[in-house]
Amino acid sequence: MRATVGASRSGAAPAARAGARAATCPCVLGLLAAVVTGPRGDGDHPWRGVERSVLAPRIAVFAVLVALVVGARTPAGRVSLAGLTAAARRRLTPLAPLALVPAGARAGARAPGRAWTARRAGPGAAFVLAALAPLAVSRAGQQSMVNDIGLYALLALGLNVVVGCAGLLDLGYVAFFAIGAYTTAYVTSPTAMPWHAPFTVNPFLAVPFAVAAAALAGVVLGGPTLRLGGDYLAIVTLGFGEIVQLLANNAGGITGGARGVFGVPPLSVSLPGLHYAWGLDPLPYYYLLLGLVTVVMVVFGRLEAAPLGRAWAAVREDEFAAGLTGVRTVRAKLAAFAIGASVSGFAGVLYASKQFFNPDSFSLQASILVLTLVVFGGRGNRWGVLLGVVVLQGLAYALRGIVPPPDRYIYFGAVIVAMMALRPAGLVPAPAGRALPRSGPPVVPAQPGPAVPDPAVTP
Amino acid sequence: MLGSFGGLFAARQLVPGGADGPTPAGLTAIALVVAGLAAGAAAGGASAFAVERAAYRPLRRRGAPPLAYLISAIGASLFAYNLAGKEFGRQSVPVPELFTDGPVLSVGSVAVSTQSALIIGVAAVMLLGVDRLVSSTRFGQAVRAVAQDAQTASLMGVDVEKIITGTFVLGGLLAGAGGFLYAMTFNASYTMGFVPGIKAFTAAVLGGIGNVRGAVLGGLLLGLLESYGGYLLDASYRDVIAFGVLVVILLARPAGILGARAVRAA
Repeated sequence: MRATVGASRSGAAPAARAGARAATCPCVLGLLAAVVTGPRGDGDHPWRGVERSVLAPRIAVFAVLVALVVGARTPAGRVSLAGLTAAARRRLTPLAPLALVPAGARAGARAPGRAWTARRAGPGAAFVLAALAPLAVSRAGQQSMVNDIGLYALLALGLNVVVGCAGLLDLGYVAFFAIGAYTTAYVTSPTAMPWHAPFTVNPFLAVPFAVAAAALAGVVLGGPTLRLGGDYLAIVTLGFGEIVQLLANNAGGITGGARGVFGVPPLSVSLPGLHYAWGLDPLPYYYLLLGLVTVVMVVFGRLEAAPLGRAWAAVREDEFAAGLTGVRTVRAKLAAFAIGASVSGFAGVLYASKQFFNPDSFSLQASILVLTLVVFGGRGNRWGVLLGVVVLQGLAYALRGIVPPPDRYIYFGAVIVAMMALRPAGLVPAPAGRALPRSGPPVVPAQPGPAVPDPAVTP
Repeated sequence: MLGSFGGLFAARQLVPGGADGPTPAGLTAIALVVAGLAAGAAAGGASAFAVERAAYRPLRRRGAPPLAYLISAIGASLFAYNLAGKEFGRQSVPVPELFTDGPVLSVGSVAVSTQSALIIGVAAVMLLGVDRLVSSTRFGQAVRAVAQDAQTASLMGVDVEKIITGTFVLGGLLAGAGGFLYAMTFNASYTMGFVPGIKAFTAAVLGGIGNVRGAVLGGLLLGLLESYGGYLLDASYRDVIAFGVLVVILLARPAGILGARAVRAA
């Protein structure tokens, strides 16, 4: 845009300057792309990789790309590009029904009057797709779908309640995951950790223990800290996460320390007439996780429309105003912390029952990864969060075979930056006005709060 | 507020910039240190500028929610330090020892090595410089105005974009110089910036965000807590103590030690 304005205003010199300015960005990006995909250097020859990326014939590929981009951005190029896209769109029209699934899901979520089928079609299709997907990938892919997508989907959905729904920045979220995992080890096996319960239970029966422990930790952390806001809350939760990980690492006499925890029994069901144990095969674990994620999605969907969910939205949008209109803000925030923590603790049970874990799994980086997944997908929108997990973790997996493993984080980082620049609210942003219930009585207060001023609400 | 956040998170990936300083030999140690500091600061400043352009400015243009900045910064940091790892190798790069002579100062049983004295000296000079820059120059005045209310500041004739870029570059310069000093003691590696970045953020929050003196106090306090905590209990527990005290202090003073008024994000 700047280029056209400059050109129309006066002579050739400003136009050239504006053109140079418009070309700078593609040139820099092209150089960066050449270096990123180019050969590597090492400590002894730090600049070799850069030199061989820039002073090599392959730079021509990027030069052509840059020229194309710059050309497409000139007024003439823009016109022809518009023609091309229009033509492409016309040609793609027969494929339009394929795009109907997400569109239908979105329309169903927004318009209350839509038919039952339209509202259910999207989620149903997503479920079927998710159920069939592992059959199409290798065993390593299935393993990754369990560890990187399934478990992280649970974690991200839980964190979404805290960060997306209630708007509280939690940088120590993985601590609750750790608490869930260690609690499981405590109650299920006499040998996994030096410190163990006087009884042993099946990992499924460890769920209430782990969820209770994590929720309790959430309340203990949240209780005193929730009057802090923004960056300060972030730092306190970060500190909490670090403390939990360091304790797990250092208290070798209790947790097994850095060595990790071995031998938590795998999940098993033993009922009259039904015996099943989850073994090393990733597929059963995947379907278990799929079921759990589905349950969590449904429950949280109901919760968002419930009074508590609307109280969260009110707190997120303006805590002060929410308090004045009768929302019990502290209670709502504590509930968000506790619910988010319990989901994380629950995921911890599943993680622990996969034979082995050590404190490295609960690092600050893991917390940051979960937060990134939530924000990337679209915080406050559980479908977006799910999609974010699948896209980003899937990308990480897909890059595994193409570039050396440590290098894939270069691409990972670039995708995140580009995504945030293009869609700051995430892949699938939360629809505005979520504070209003999407179905039900037309006019209700944000919280079926006290009509008579409650003395407990405001002092 | 966002500047300090961003500057600190940006600082994380800038620190490796200090690694390419001390390769030439033959000059005196002091000249090497000055060159290293300058190279580190230049690399830090340049990468801060790039990060601001790539990861922050597009978001500002679109009025992104605050969390998006954090995630964008995390993405930029992943990109930058892994690219550094690819280009400069993933092994830790040893930095030649410049000062092998004995302590420069001994008080009783306490000996201060030349290197420690140098680090303290450089840090003191930089701190005084930043303090003066923020409190008594036009640039500092503009920075504070933008921090308080960007819209009003722009109506008063402050070029907000320029000030934000300037703040980023300043943060990058300091972090780059700091990275060089850090590498002199602990060697350089591509992931060396992560922990100091988090600690810097912690120290700034501890002291009270948006307050240079608070940040210094927070940094000193955090360092002392770690050292003495590690000494009194067990070295492996020093971070536990540091973070534990941080939590307690923030509970008592929710806006940091020197943070006068609560920052209300709305």
